[in-house]
Amino acid sequence: MNTALQGAAQTASKKPSQVYFFATCVIDMFSPQSGLDAVDLIERAGIKVLFPLKQSCCGQPAYTTGFSSDARLVAAAQLDLFPAPWPVVVPSGSCGGMLRHHWPKLFADDPVRLEKARDIAARTVEFSEFMVNTLGLDLSGASAQPVTVAVHTSCTARREMDNHHHVRRLLKQMPGVEVVVQEHESECCGFGGTFSVKHPEISSAMARDKVDAITATGCDALISADCGCLLNLNGNLEKRADILRGEHVATFIRNRLDHSSGSPNRLETSK
Amino acid sequence: MSVTEHIVRPEDFKLRSRESVADPKLRGNFRGAMDFLIDKRAAQFPDNATFTLLRKVGETTRKHALSRLPDLLDQLEINLQRLGVNVHYAENSADANRIFLEIAKKHHADMMIKGKSMVSEEIELNQAMATEGIECIESDMGEYILQIDGDRPSHIIMPAIHKTKQDIAKLFSEKIPGATYTEDVDELISMGRSVLRDKFRDARIGVSGVNFMIAETGTIALVENEGNGRMCTTIPDVHIAITGIEKVVEKLEHVVPLYALLTRSATGQAVSTYFNLITGPRRVGEKDGPREMHLILLDNGRTQAYREEKFRATLQCIRCGACMNHCPVYTRVGGHSYGTAYPGPIGSIISPHLLGLSGTRDLPTASSLCGACGEVCPVGIPIPEILMRLREAARNNSDGADQALRGQASARKMLEALTWKAWRILYSNSFLYRPFVFIATRLRWLTPTNQAGWTTSRTPLRPAPRAMRELLAQRNKQREKN
Amino acid sequence: MSATHLSDNQRARSAIFKRLREIPVSPLPAPDVQAYFRAQPTVLVQSSANRIERFITQAKSWRTEIIEATPGTWQEYVAEVVQKKSLQRLLAGRGTSFSEGLNRALGNKLSWYDEDLSEIKPILFSETDAGITTVRSGVAETGSLIVWPTHNEPRSLSLVPPVHIAILYASDIVETLFEAVSTQNWASGMPTNALLISGPSRTSDIQRTLAYGAHGPKELVLILIRDDVANTQARA
Repeated sequence: MNTALQGAAQTASKKPSQVYFFATCVIDMFSPQSGLDAVDLIERAGIKVLFPLKQSCCGQPAYTTGFSSDARLVAAAQLDLFPAPWPVVVPSGSCGGMLRHHWPKLFADDPVRLEKARDIAARTVEFSEFMVNTLGLDLSGASAQPVTVAVHTSCTARREMDNHHHVRRLLKQMPGVEVVVQEHESECCGFGGTFSVKHPEISSAMARDKVDAITATGCDALISADCGCLLNLNGNLEKRADILRGEHVATFIRNRLDHSSGSPNRLETSK
Repeated sequence: MSVTEHIVRPEDFKLRSRESVADPKLRGNFRGAMDFLIDKRAAQFPDNATFTLLRKVGETTRKHALSRLPDLLDQLEINLQRLGVNVHYAENSADANRIFLEIAKKHHADMMIKGKSMVSEEIELNQAMATEGIECIESDMGEYILQIDGDRPSHIIMPAIHKTKQDIAKLFSEKIPGATYTEDVDELISMGRSVLRDKFRDARIGVSGVNFMIAETGTIALVENEGNGRMCTTIPDVHIAITGIEKVVEKLEHVVPLYALLTRSATGQAVSTYFNLITGPRRVGEKDGPREMHLILLDNGRTQAYREEKFRATLQCIRCGACMNHCPVYTRVGGHSYGTAYPGPIGSIISPHLLGLSGTRDLPTASSLCGACGEVCPVGIPIPEILMRLREAARNNSDGADQALRGQASARKMLEALTWKAWRILYSNSFLYRPFVFIATRLRWLTPTNQAGWTTSRTPLRPAPRAMRELLAQRNKQREKN
Repeated sequence: MSATHLSDNQRARSAIFKRLREIPVSPLPAPDVQAYFRAQPTVLVQSSANRIERFITQAKSWRTEIIEATPGTWQEYVAEVVQKKSLQRLLAGRGTSFSEGLNRALGNKLSWYDEDLSEIKPILFSETDAGITTVRSGVAETGSLIVWPTHNEPRSLSLVPPVHIAILYASDIVETLFEAVSTQNWASGMPTNALLISGPSRTSDIQRTLAYGAHGPKELVLILIRDDVANTQARA
C-alpha cells in the first residue's frame, strides 16, 4: 500500500503526455457523459487519453459480496490493458480504491499477476485528485453565474483514497460557486453495492436521509466524484420527483467552463 | 414482564431491521443518541494525528497480547492462583453457567448482584440462573431499567439508549413499590439507587465483567461511572468475574493507553469516574472486600476467531462501542434488530464465531462497507475487511488453506453463485462483454421497472442509450473528419 | 469443589489451550508505552497553566469540589465543610497522617472504621454521612485521585457513604496515570484494590441526562493541601 501511495504521488508530480482511462462499468453503461466529460477535461490539459477497449469492471461488486474468486478473474482480465508506464485515471473513488488497495490483495498468491497489479496500483489515480495535483487546469475563467453546490463524497474516496478534499478544491477555483454543507455530510449515502439489494429497507432509509439532508440545503447542484453514489442518489431524487440531479464533478466543471454565461446547472442537467 | 417475549434471534435480522427502520420514534432516539456520542468522542480527539498515535499504541498492545495469548493466560493463571483467586475455564455458555450455579449452591445464595457484563449477556446468565431459582439483579442503572421491563440492552455502553425518560418514569411508577410518576432524572436515579443499595448490602455474591486482565500482576481492571461495579466487587463476600479469554494484556503499563482509548472512544470522557484495579480477594487484616474470588475465562468461539489471522483482529476489541455509534446501519436499525449480545459492526464480526455463521449470516452483509467503524476503532480492527471475509466464508467452502468456520458456506445459494459466475464470464471476456454492452444499451426499454430491493426507494436502473465506449469512438471519428 | 467440577475445568482448560497452542502465531512486538508517553505526555493539548492548576481545572470538570488549604489549616477547612453540608456522622481510618487532625477537628462526629465490614455494614450503609480518606496521588491530566485502600482505610469508606471527603497534598500530584504507575513501580506490588476516582458517582443511562450519585458518593470533596507554595496564598 505504501508503494502504491508513493507511486501515486510520483505520477502526481509531473504531467504525463498520455494517460489510460479506466471508465468503470458504471460509467460505461449508465453514466457515459460523466466519462466523456472527464476525458475532455484531461485532453484540455494537452494530455492524450487512451481508453483500452477490452476494459470492463474492477471486480468490486463480486469482491465485496464474498465472491473474490469471481472478482479475481474479472480483475485479471484488466491486468494487461495498461502496459505503458502512464497513470491510470479512474473517474470514481470507489473503483480507484479497488485498483489501488485491493487488486494487490486479490493476487497475493499469484506472483506474476501480483507484480502487474502492484504496478497498476502504483499508477492508479482518482480523477479529481488527478485534476488537482497534475492537470492544473485554469478554472478561474469558468462561468461566474452564482450557484450553490452540495458535495457528496463517497466513503471510499473519503476513507480509503483520502481524496475528499480534491473536489472541494476544484470547486473553490471557480467563480460564483458556493459550497453548502449538508447535515451528516460524512455519512454514507446507503449504496454499498449489493448491500442496497440485500438490505433494501436499511439502504433506502440511508439514501432517503442523505437526499433529505441535501435538498434541505436548497442547493442548485449536487456534485460527486463517484457514479455509484450518484446512481443511488439520483434514483431516489427521481422517484420523489425532485428536479435536482446529482452530476459527476467532471460534468459540472466542463459545463461551467463551456457556458461561461450559462444557466444554473439544475436546469441543464434535467434535460 | 416475561423475558422471552423480547428475545430476538440473529436469524430474524432482516425482519427486525425492517420493523425498526419503519419506527420513527426508535430512529429518532438512536440518531439523537449516536450524534451525541459522536460529538463527545470528537471533542476528545480534536486532531486526528493525536488519535492515530495513541491508536497505534493500543493496536500494538492488543496485537502483542494476542500473539502470546496462551502464554499470557498461563502467566495470569499462575499469578491469580498465587493471590488465591479461583480460575475457571469455560468452553461455552453451558460451562460458564454451570460454574456460576456451583458457586451459588456452595454459598446457599438465591440472589446475585451484577455489575455490567456483556459476557454475562452472551451466556444468558440471568435466564440460566432463573431456571435454577437464583435471581440475578442488574445494578447498572441502564441494565436495571431493562431488567424490570423484561427488555434487553440495545447498546453495549448505553444499554437503555432506546428508552425515553417518559418510558422510564412510567416503568418505575409501575414496577418500584411506592414510586410516584416523575420525569425528573435525578429523582428517577435516586429511586434506582435506593432499591439497589439494599441488594448490594444483602447479596452474598457479586458478579462483574472485566475490561482488562493483567498477566504480570494477576490484576483485573474495571471501568465504570456509577460505582455499582465497585459495589459488586467490594461488598458481597464472594466476587465472580467473567470475561473472554482474549481480554488479557501482559503488563500493567499496557492498560494505561488502552484505558485512555476506551473512555474517550466510548462516552467521550477523558477518564471514567472509577478505574478499579482488583488484585485478588481480601488479604489478611483487611476489613472489607470479597473473601472469595472467582474468575471465569470463556472461550465460546473465540478460539475459532483466533485461528485465522484476519479474524484474530476481531479479538483486539476493547468493547468501547464507537463502531456502533458511528455506524449508519446501527443508527437506523438499533441494537435489538441484531438479536445478539453484541450489536453493530463489532457484533457482526464477533457473533459469527460465538453463534456460528448459519444463524448470523445476514449480519456481515448488513453494512454498506462505508468504513466509519474501522476509522474510529481505537485498536485498529479492520472491520470492513473482516466483514468481507465473513461474507466470503458464508458463501464458499473453505479452500483448504483455512479451516472451515462453524456454519461455513451456510449462506451459499445456487442462484447467487450462478449469477456471479455469469457476471464473471461476461465481464472477463471482452468478446462477450462488448456485445453485451451494445445490446444492453439498445434494449434499455426492456429494463424491468421492478428491480427487487433497488426500486424500494429508487427509479429503476436503466442503461444509457449508448455506452461511453461508443460515444467516445463516435466523437473521435467526428474529430478525424473535421 | 466437587470432583466432577475439577474434571470439567481441566477438560475446558486443556481444550482451550490445545486450540490456542496448535496455531503457529509468531510473537509480535510489545508496545513502547514509555516512548509514547515521553513523546506525547497527554492526550489533549496541555494548557500553559502549571500542573496543580491543571489538576484543579480538570477535577472541577468532574464536579469534584476543591477546597484549597495549607498544612497548618486543613483541619479547619474539614470542619467547615462538615458544618456547611450539615454532616452529622463521619467515618475515617485510624493510623493515617491525618487521623489526629481529624479527631481534633471533628470530635464526636467522627467514628473510626475499626470493625470488619460485616459488623460495620448497618452503620456504613444507613448512618454515615461521609467517609474521609487519604489520597495517594492526584493526576493533573484528568483531575483524578489515586486511592489505595488499606486495612486502615477500607475500600467501602470511599464508596458507600453519600459524601466522600478526600485529602491530598498538592506535592503528590503527578502529570499522568502512566507517570504514577511507572515511577511508583506499581507492578512490583499491587494492593488488593487500586482506584482512580474522578468526581462523584454518575450515570447518563436515562436519556443521556447526566445525574450524580448513581450508586457511589453523590458528592466528592477534595481538601487540597497546598504544600507546594511557601506562603498560604491559597484561598486568600
